[in-house]
Amino acid sequence: MAKNTAGNEIKNSLIKRKRVITGENFIHAVLFLAASVSVLTTIAIVTTLAMETSAFFKDVSIKEFMTGLQWTPLLKPQHFGVLPLVFGTLMVTALAGLVAIPVGLASAIYLSEYAPERVRKTVKPLLEVLAGIPTVVYGYFALTFVTPIIRAILPQTEFFNALSASIVLGIMLIPMVSSLSEDAMMAVPRSLREAGFALGSTRYEVATKIVVPVAMSGIVASFILALSRAVGETMIVALAAGASPKVTLNPLESIQTMTGYIVQVSMGDTPHGTVEYKTIFAVGMGLFMITLIMNIFNQFIVKRYRAVYK
Amino acid sequence: MKAANRRYLWRKRTEKTAHVVFFLANAMGIVVLAILLGQILLSGCQWLDWQFITGFPSRFAAKAGIWPAILGSLWMMALTILFSVPVGIATAIYLEEFAPKNFLRTIIQTNISNLAGVPSIVYGILGLAVFVRGLDLGRSILAGSLTMTLLVLPVIIISTQEAIRTVPDSIKQASYALGATRWQTVSRIVLPYAAPGILTGTILASSRAIGETAPLITVGAMAYVSSVPEGPMSRFTVLPIQIFNWTSRPQADFVGLAAAGIIVLLAVLLSLNAFAIYLRNKYQKGSEGL
Repeated sequence: MAKNTAGNEIKNSLIKRKRVITGENFIHAVLFLAASVSVLTTIAIVTTLAMETSAFFKDVSIKEFMTGLQWTPLLKPQHFGVLPLVFGTLMVTALAGLVAIPVGLASAIYLSEYAPERVRKTVKPLLEVLAGIPTVVYGYFALTFVTPIIRAILPQTEFFNALSASIVLGIMLIPMVSSLSEDAMMAVPRSLREAGFALGSTRYEVATKIVVPVAMSGIVASFILALSRAVGETMIVALAAGASPKVTLNPLESIQTMTGYIVQVSMGDTPHGTVEYKTIFAVGMGLFMITLIMNIFNQFIVKRYRAVYK
Repeated sequence: MKAANRRYLWRKRTEKTAHVVFFLANAMGIVVLAILLGQILLSGCQWLDWQFITGFPSRFAAKAGIWPAILGSLWMMALTILFSVPVGIATAIYLEEFAPKNFLRTIIQTNISNLAGVPSIVYGILGLAVFVRGLDLGRSILAGSLTMTLLVLPVIIISTQEAIRTVPDSIKQASYALGATRWQTVSRIVLPYAAPGILTGTILASSRAIGETAPLITVGAMAYVSSVPEGPMSRFTVLPIQIFNWTSRPQADFVGLAAAGIIVLLAVLLSLNAFAIYLRNKYQKGSEGL
């Protein structure tokens, strides 16, 4: 009798244990399914873009798309050379980088090497606010504030122009460059700085000859990340840069970027299945490839050169 | 001697100039923030009244309002959180606590950081092809929020992972030592400990969902909606798209309306962000004692 109870108890506890393990396996499976959503997203992005893009290339030759200098899919006669859009994107990205990179880096040096703790504690949240403002608000700012100023100084400027969009885009990216570069600089060991000061260096010399070179991988990573954001940014250029795709070096003219074009088509009522409709997938594919390459390069730099001094 | 002296003075001057330049660079961000907010308040305030909040879009600036856009944004945010938070947290738990440290895990992790760098408009194109056309959801709130879910998922996953990593190993091991299973440890030890961090990430993701414009334009949110959304299948507009539409009109009155819309949008966003920062500060103070 007593033996039997003990046996039952063991049996019961084994059953319970088994139930727990089954539950555990079930939960493992559910969590795995959730994790696969993100992989499926990537697969969906790539297949959608690839399918529609290959359909697009049945109507338009790859050669025309990659080398043509005219982009007029919405007008007759239609031309499908994507270079003007790529050129517009690269110009805006380069100009935005000219604003964001020096200012962001200088701001990071100030925060990491010069600023008293109290200043740091007030400035960082404010920069976070700046980073959290929606891009459409920056677009409004470009169109209603920066463009009039540029046109007052340089009257030949067109109402929609690449310069205004680029400047505001650059301003938008400053907090990103600043905070990521600062993180990299803060990770530089104190002892290296102290060695510099002990040799009689000024703070400027310590910052530029010790801290920045040591933190270089993180700093470069922040630049690349900012530039890839600039390539993909949409609302500022859609509002302020205009809708006239062209190959030009004059930032005072109206241009169009890849993202700006996708918005222009989406705003209109282009019928599903037409060549015009398929162009947004082909342009989107280009956009996806450019940013993907930049992101992979970024991860490579971070992995390859990180944490030598830890 | 003279040369050395000159060199000393030169270094000293460089140091001073550099200090000023770095300070100005840092101040620039804040000055721009002040100008931006000031300009928006200045041109938007006169349009901001009760009629504007509760009114419907109109061809006449004096009658126009943003009520459908406000409701659209709320619907969008609610559905996006509903879809993205469970999946995001589950993914983070899987990667941090369950997944074996193998090749597959590395692939998923790399994939997530790559997804975080995909331009938002590409998600819009995906949403157009998969949700609007493929699943035939039409240009509805549901299609929009599913698109937005995919967009904010990496944000939630990464911030949840960071929150989970702050849980000390010792208390996890104590739990395992008492015979707890993985899920018991995760649900009773890890998640409660990481909750404030997860909440912060969720708030930041929802503010991203409210502010995003481009993917919803591609999915087909309309600028002109004359009725309030009634359910997930309704056509819709959101605050940023209404602002975009008003900004791109040539008449000055509509630019004023856009500014008023921005004030409403920023008020929502800043209170969300302030709440997130408050949580983070409280949380950081709390964990120092451990």
